[in-house]
Amino acid sequence: MIVLERCERSASAEQRYELLAGIRLFEQSLLDLFSAGVLTGTTHTCLGQETVAVGVLSAIDRPRDIVFSNHRGHGHFLAYCGEVERLYLEIMGKPGGVCGGRGGSQHLCFDNFYSNGVQGGIVPVATGMALAEQQKGTGAVAVVFLGDGTLGEGVIYEAFNMASLWKLPIVFVIEHNGYAQSTPSTMQIAGEVADRPRAFGISVMECQSTSAAVIHQHAASAIDAARAGGGPQALVCYTYRLGPHSKGDDTRSATELKAAWERDPLIAARAEAGAAADAIDHRVAARIADARQSALEAAS
Amino acid sequence: MSVTVLQSINQALHGLMESDARVVMIGEDILDPYGGAFKVTKGLSTRFPDRVLTTPISEAAIVGVATGLALRGQRPIVEIMFGDFLFLAGDQLVNHAAKFQWMYNDQVRVPLVVRAPMGARRGYGPTHSQSIEKHFMGVPGLWVVAPSILGDPGALLRQATAECDGPVVFIESKTCYGREVVDSVPGFTRTTLSDPSSPFATTWLRHESPADGQLWCYGAMTPHALEAVQHLKHNEGLLIDLVVSSQLSPSPVSHIRTIAETATGSVWCYAEEASVDFGWSAEVSAQVAATVQENGKTATQVRVGAASHPIPSGRLQEAAALPSASDIAMRILNCF
Repeated sequence: MIVLERCERSASAEQRYELLAGIRLFEQSLLDLFSAGVLTGTTHTCLGQETVAVGVLSAIDRPRDIVFSNHRGHGHFLAYCGEVERLYLEIMGKPGGVCGGRGGSQHLCFDNFYSNGVQGGIVPVATGMALAEQQKGTGAVAVVFLGDGTLGEGVIYEAFNMASLWKLPIVFVIEHNGYAQSTPSTMQIAGEVADRPRAFGISVMECQSTSAAVIHQHAASAIDAARAGGGPQALVCYTYRLGPHSKGDDTRSATELKAAWERDPLIAARAEAGAAADAIDHRVAARIADARQSALEAAS
Repeated sequence: MSVTVLQSINQALHGLMESDARVVMIGEDILDPYGGAFKVTKGLSTRFPDRVLTTPISEAAIVGVATGLALRGQRPIVEIMFGDFLFLAGDQLVNHAAKFQWMYNDQVRVPLVVRAPMGARRGYGPTHSQSIEKHFMGVPGLWVVAPSILGDPGALLRQATAECDGPVVFIESKTCYGREVVDSVPGFTRTTLSDPSSPFATTWLRHESPADGQLWCYGAMTPHALEAVQHLKHNEGLLIDLVVSSQLSPSPVSHIRTIAETATGSVWCYAEEASVDFGWSAEVSAQVAATVQENGKTATQVRVGAASHPIPSGRLQEAAALPSASDIAMRILNCF
């Protein structure tokens, strides 16, 4: 199976860029495959948000930490384990996929990685996982990804409350991309995002930068604090979704999108990779193309 | 030595926590000295303080947290204070706990038990008296089971916790907590039906002579059903066998088939405390009908349940809205 190299804490700018570019190319190819009618169903890409996935998940202790992701989870999955060919197979509904083709894009499970497509409900489940690890004394931390749209679901506040009451080793990562599907945050969030976890006594960090390296520093300190017994931590990452919510359903203005693409975090990430960038682009493009082709040829 | 349903379940919880350190109790107001709204968890937090968690009033997160515990190798048992509140955890049960094993291609198990005291006849009114288990039946990946006074409620809970690796909604009857567990009933031969597909058995009480019909029930209706068949025998000379299900969902198809193939009489009555529309008896009677038809026989099937409106608070109105032993007896009698 063809895989992408995941990033550890010691990852270089080149390694981070290689993974970011791999996630980007993978998801762009998914949208192409949908347009060509090769893929059916739905998908939610994280174009523009890849640096959150790579920044946060390069800070975990891969053998023991738990990751719970959501509907927009390909970047999280690839940053967790790099299993790009298995992910293609899963989204193609083939038996060699991560979940044998049963789960598809939004329902993945691999080692300690889980995802589910219903908003909010994964947060108490991840909280329970953190409780289990606390009870077993494994030292593992659970990392759960929410979006700003998820903040409308009441069950997450029940989970924030319990996580804080019981000082659980969990990190709530809120990817604030400015939209809940088509609805701008200004129309669906009252008050401040960071005030929500803070109201439950949860330590909150906010990251305005979209650099994977900067996000990584914040995530590493949140994960370390949770592991050290500091209780739950929240990390609010301000980001932007460059692609549609799912496939062709984008109603944002061309002007807004053009400006956003000019701020694409991968431009800066590529610049940080310096002279190696061209070679990385070639290597990643070939790897994604090989994984895609191999998955397309695999038995259904 | 006689034991009540409450004692049987409480003793089983003590035994489970004693024998398996992975068993964790979680729910509202379950710590001593309170010991749960119906006192089912009495004594547990004193003996196992680290594994009995009292929670905020947050049914959705309680079930979600328990699901997370189960996914990571613990054996959580949830108490939902009133079964009515299961709806608050509906997303957790249906879209999370019930889905994980299958949609993750059997890479995980969710050994979760959600205990829910259900039912009426206590004057608690529309939102604290329902029997809403039918809304959780037919959900793939979710087990729904109910102990009764016939059989061993504690053993059923042990099976749900230790022998079932999927999520189980365990429907307890508030009115049966104080009743004594019945091993055998004079005049009946007891048969237990089981098969390898599940740990949960079906109990069949049969008369020694061929019966005129069959009455089928579960959980809270069992004492009323027993009273009805005894009344029909002694006052009307009708022999009605009694079937008591413990596994409500998925449908215990092999048990139903066996009973439908071997039962005598052509009258089948089903009694449940919920309203019967779209309910448990619809499923069982459809399966009985199919088997009876395959065997070239005929069946007269009737269903008894609650009125199709919310459960009233007033005791007289409540009693009138609920199925009684005499309602069951009358419905059966009218078939002859």
